[in-house]
Amino acid sequence: MISWRPSNSLILCWVALMVLLALTVTLAYQPLGALNFVVALAIATAKTALVMVIFMELGSRPGLVRAFAGAGFFWLMILLWLGLVDFVTRS
Amino acid sequence: MSEPGDIAAHLSSPKQRDEVLELGMWTFLSTEVLLFGGLIMTYMVYRHADPVSFAEAGRQTRIVIGTANTAVLLTSSFCVAAAIQAGQAGAARAVKALLAAAIILGTIFLGLKGVEYAGEYRDHLVPGIDFMQSGPHTQGVRLFFIFYFLATGLHAVHLLCGIVVLIIFLRCYRQIVCHPRYLAGLRTAGLYWHFIDVVWIFLYALIYLPGRSG
Repeated sequence: MISWRPSNSLILCWVALMVLLALTVTLAYQPLGALNFVVALAIATAKTALVMVIFMELGSRPGLVRAFAGAGFFWLMILLWLGLVDFVTRS
Repeated sequence: MSEPGDIAAHLSSPKQRDEVLELGMWTFLSTEVLLFGGLIMTYMVYRHADPVSFAEAGRQTRIVIGTANTAVLLTSSFCVAAAIQAGQAGAARAVKALLAAAIILGTIFLGLKGVEYAGEYRDHLVPGIDFMQSGPHTQGVRLFFIFYFLATGLHAVHLLCGIVVLIIFLRCYRQIVCHPRYLAGLRTAGLYWHFIDVVWIFLYALIYLPGRSG
C-alpha cells in the first residue's frame, strides 16, 4: 500500500477557506454600513480565487486551460457591467 | 499508456483526448457562470432598488445552517482535489475514501438544505406556496425569497448531478483508478464540483449575510 498525504498547499488552502468563512460571518455582524456588503463580496471573491487557483489547479495548468477559464469570467464581467451600470448610476 | 481503440477519429493522441476533456468542461462552465451570473445580477438590481427589504429578509434566513453548509461544501471540494492528487500518486484506496467522503458531504449539504426549506415553509416564507408576512417590506422580502428558492434550488440540482457523477467515478474506480484516462475524467468532474462550490460561496454572501449588523 502506498502511503500518501495531501500536499501542503491543499491543506493550507482548506484552512484559509475556513478562516475566511469565520471572518466573513464575524464581520457581517459588525455595523459597517454599506461596507458590510463590500466586505462580504470581497471575502467571497478571495475564497473563489483560492478554490480556482489551488483546487481547480489553475495556478499550474497550461495557458490554454487558463484562457478557457478566463473566458467565462470575461463574459460574466460584460454581463454584470453592462447590466448594472444603468441601475447603479440612476439617482 | 496507449489504448488505440479508445480514441475518436478526430483526436490524434490519448494526451489530446484528455486535454480536450478539461477545455470542454471549462467551456460548459462558462455557460453555467452566465446562468448563475444572470440570477445574481437580478439580485443586485432588486437589492439596489430596495436594500432595506433585502436586509430584513436576509435576517430571516438560517445563518447557522447556511454557514455549516458552506463549511461542508468547502471541505467536500478539498476531498475531491485531494482525490485527484491521490490518484496521481497511485494511492487507489485514498481516491476511494476521499470520493466517498465528498459524496457523503454533498449529501449532508442537501439534507441540511431540506431542513432549512422545511423551516422556511413553517415560517410562511415560500412565495407561491405559503407566503405570509406583515410589515412595510413584504414585497421586497417576497422578491428576496423568490431569488432564494430559485438560486438555491438550481444550486441543489447541480449538486445532485455532481453527487451522481462522483458516484459513477467511485463505482468504476476498481478497474481503472490511477489510469491517465480515469484521472483526466476525475479532474474534469472535479472542476464541476469546485464550480458548484464557487456558486455557493457567492450565494452564501448574498443570502445569509445581509442585514446581520442592523
